[in-house]
Amino acid sequence: MRITTTVNGEPREIDDVWEGESLLYALRERMGLPGSKNACDQGECGSCTVYLDAVPVCACLVAAGQAQGRDIITVEGLAERDTLHPVQQAFVEAGAVQCGFCTPGLIVAAHDLLARSLQPSDQVIREALAGNLCRCTGYEKILDAVRLAADRLADASASGR
Amino acid sequence: MTTPTKVPTGAPTETASTAEGRIGDSPLRPDGVLKVTGEFAYSSDLWMDDMIWGATLRSPHPHARIVSVDIGAALATPGVCAVLTADDIPGRNAVGLEHDDQPVLAERVVRYQGEPVALVAADHPEIARQAVKKIVVDYQVLPAVTDGRQALDPSAPKVHEHGNLVRHFKIRKGDPAPSAPVVVSLDFEVGMQDQAFLGPESGLAVPAEDGGVDLYVATQWLHVDQRQVCQALGLPPERVRLSLAGVGGAFGGREDLSMHVHACLLALHTGKPVKMVYNREESFFGHVHRHPADLRYEFGAEADGTLVYGKVEIIFDGGAYASSTGAVVANGATMGLGPYRIPHVRVDCYGVYTNNPPCGAMRGFGCVQAAFAHEALMDELADRLGLDRVTIRQRNGMREGDENITGQRIDSAAPVAELLQIVRDMELPPSASEQRDLRDLPGGVANSTHGEGVVRGVGYAVTYKNVGFSEGFDDFSTARVRLEITGGEPVATVHTAAAEVGQGLITVEQQICRTELGVERVVVHPKDTQVGSGGSTSASRQTYVTGGAVKAACEAVRQRVLDRAAATIGVAANTLRLDGAKIVAESGDVVAALADVLGGDAVEETVEWRHRPTQRVDPETGQGDAHVQYAFSAHRAVVDVDVELGLVKVVALDTAQDVGKAINPDAVMGQIQGGSAQGMGLALMEEILVRDGKILNPSFTDYLIPTILDMPPMKIEILEYADPHAPYGLRGVGEPPTISSGPAVAAAIRQASGKALRRVPIRPEHITAS
Repeated sequence: MRITTTVNGEPREIDDVWEGESLLYALRERMGLPGSKNACDQGECGSCTVYLDAVPVCACLVAAGQAQGRDIITVEGLAERDTLHPVQQAFVEAGAVQCGFCTPGLIVAAHDLLARSLQPSDQVIREALAGNLCRCTGYEKILDAVRLAADRLADASASGR
Repeated sequence: MTTPTKVPTGAPTETASTAEGRIGDSPLRPDGVLKVTGEFAYSSDLWMDDMIWGATLRSPHPHARIVSVDIGAALATPGVCAVLTADDIPGRNAVGLEHDDQPVLAERVVRYQGEPVALVAADHPEIARQAVKKIVVDYQVLPAVTDGRQALDPSAPKVHEHGNLVRHFKIRKGDPAPSAPVVVSLDFEVGMQDQAFLGPESGLAVPAEDGGVDLYVATQWLHVDQRQVCQALGLPPERVRLSLAGVGGAFGGREDLSMHVHACLLALHTGKPVKMVYNREESFFGHVHRHPADLRYEFGAEADGTLVYGKVEIIFDGGAYASSTGAVVANGATMGLGPYRIPHVRVDCYGVYTNNPPCGAMRGFGCVQAAFAHEALMDELADRLGLDRVTIRQRNGMREGDENITGQRIDSAAPVAELLQIVRDMELPPSASEQRDLRDLPGGVANSTHGEGVVRGVGYAVTYKNVGFSEGFDDFSTARVRLEITGGEPVATVHTAAAEVGQGLITVEQQICRTELGVERVVVHPKDTQVGSGGSTSASRQTYVTGGAVKAACEAVRQRVLDRAAATIGVAANTLRLDGAKIVAESGDVVAALADVLGGDAVEETVEWRHRPTQRVDPETGQGDAHVQYAFSAHRAVVDVDVELGLVKVVALDTAQDVGKAINPDAVMGQIQGGSAQGMGLALMEEILVRDGKILNPSFTDYLIPTILDMPPMKIEILEYADPHAPYGLRGVGEPPTISSGPAVAAAIRQASGKALRRVPIRPEHITAS
């Protein structure tokens, strides 16, 4: 089947999609966007988290056909040209990245959290990221990164930028 | 240097950065930006226009004879390009890390559930998976041995013709029949843990014009893979070139081969690039796990708690193939009594074959299982004598100059007592009664308690772990370093085959180049087999051994540059030093510009570097200097246990560790935090459940690893007692936290619940059992 969708602001059309394919497969193998990761293909690890019409979803649990006519934003679409989003910048600076396989999903999940909640408590951060498994970091520096990004976004918001 | 026929999208590229960061700084990792933007290419991201997909047929039985294999229907499936069996292997159908005892594809017999039997290549991964199901294998099921202790019984079914024993490691030290006024003993059981790296086994094999193959793969040791792939393909190493694709975590689970030979076979057979990517379920069958262990411990002590003797029997269930069981057994034996002075010792540590899933390397490597037992027994001894649990460990703790149980003198810092004191003195979290938020209680927002039935417990554990390969192994790494002027500035390029798996080795390689050469811009060449072996990214060894190699290569480059400058200027080279772009005399005066000394030349040196040798131990007594370095850590865990429901909330997991020298302090912290989480996971939740040789929970739905909700805040204190034998005085960092964290958690739960809890992971029903 043919699927028409918008990905990271650009209209995309893909052909010959098999009905059983996931959105994750379509992104990774048909659209050249492998940033969303394939750690479990079971909706358990969150590494394939993308926005589907502004709602974070596990792309591995969404059939490619369900993306027809929808708006998708992946980790590749969060930076403004060469400027990292503050969440991305904070993950780099805080050392929240080791192997990095969980990182794209965590970036999208944290991006979503900070769009909803300007200064989340640690407990709120933990709940928001509970669906994202990380095997390398023990999560301490991920918390550091989200706190850092939250502070910077709050500062930017307060100064009206 | 041979270049591949075609290079896939996602093939490794050089990583460069310009920064201040030298040894002891924490510069940002050079691949960080790529990883947060989704641009970093992992082994499952590789892509070529004309690539096809491989899939694997695996045995459904733990032990069976293969009567026949019919590939007809699979091969006739539209879209299928090839179906291969053991008959199609051109070289030796035998691979393995320590023993070549594992077939690439099963031949005549399968020895574990999940053993690869046949391969399919097709133009869509789903077609390949469906075709796999059409292969008809007629199995004759054989009796299986699925218990490690039972495997040693002479009447047990034999997994291999040579029997079920992989290795028996004996330690006999001091009085063979010691006695002591106080004797404590226990039996302990450790379940099978999984590395659960997030990036699945994957890679791309590209057939080359010379009849060879280029393999892009996530691994921990390119050259040991290359040796095995060559053997199976019957090709010389110059025609089997490996490159490290992006690695999504490893933790020991990528030491053995997975899809390496399979993808190469399919690529050579079809003449097309072949990509293979396991899904999570297949990943649980596709790599070795941490050995389950059956441990029997007895300690004898004086009335004041001073240890007199230790008697230990450990059985590691290695599963169907040897993998690294032999070395795991050695670790379990030689460090099996913990970092304590014990004069009289008897250890019998066995690694056995069974028809369970194969087990091999995982972070902590044989020490993890033993630490649960020896630390539980130290608590038992303290309680029996009415002594404090920390004090008894400090009283018996190793100090520099002590002899360990293999008779090796500990010839650098052994701060056992100090590490324990540090974690004991750290501030404790607020008591359970002060916590009113549901989310801080066992059960969390499941709202299973508002504090009733919740009991606080505190537990301590301490460990030591060898760094590097042991028992006389020729443990080396190779580094090639080049210095040149590019665009008017000095640039160093470092090329090693040592695998970056997320830990930050490439950052450390850059730091060492900056420190030794004074440059700011350092390019890390892609990791591949075009340079000599870097050894394994395991045993906490890469910063030590590859770090040592990079340092030595930089020193050799620097010497040549200074020699060249000295000859030009007419002074002795030893009066000069290299400082960035300048050659500086003893007076501090700049005597030449590096650009003038080098001109258009590049100075390049390749160095093979070894740590001081270790020894094979005496086979009857286990005595000898088996290990090159030891690293020490201690943990304190604080838990709240709902003793009515058996739910546990880890409230704090605090630690102190001697790292010799923190080459990159932020990365050291990251290793300690992540390592501690994995140890906690084994204590609380992580187990591959195996019944009659079959895995019951091969998914992240049923195999649980700690989430961000499970991890408590951690206080960490780093000690830096330099090891005079090691580069920069550093000690390996990655493994000790995984060893001491779990036993501390288990001890805290025992204290809170009052239950003996002689098995990990500890499940709610163990805590509530009457």
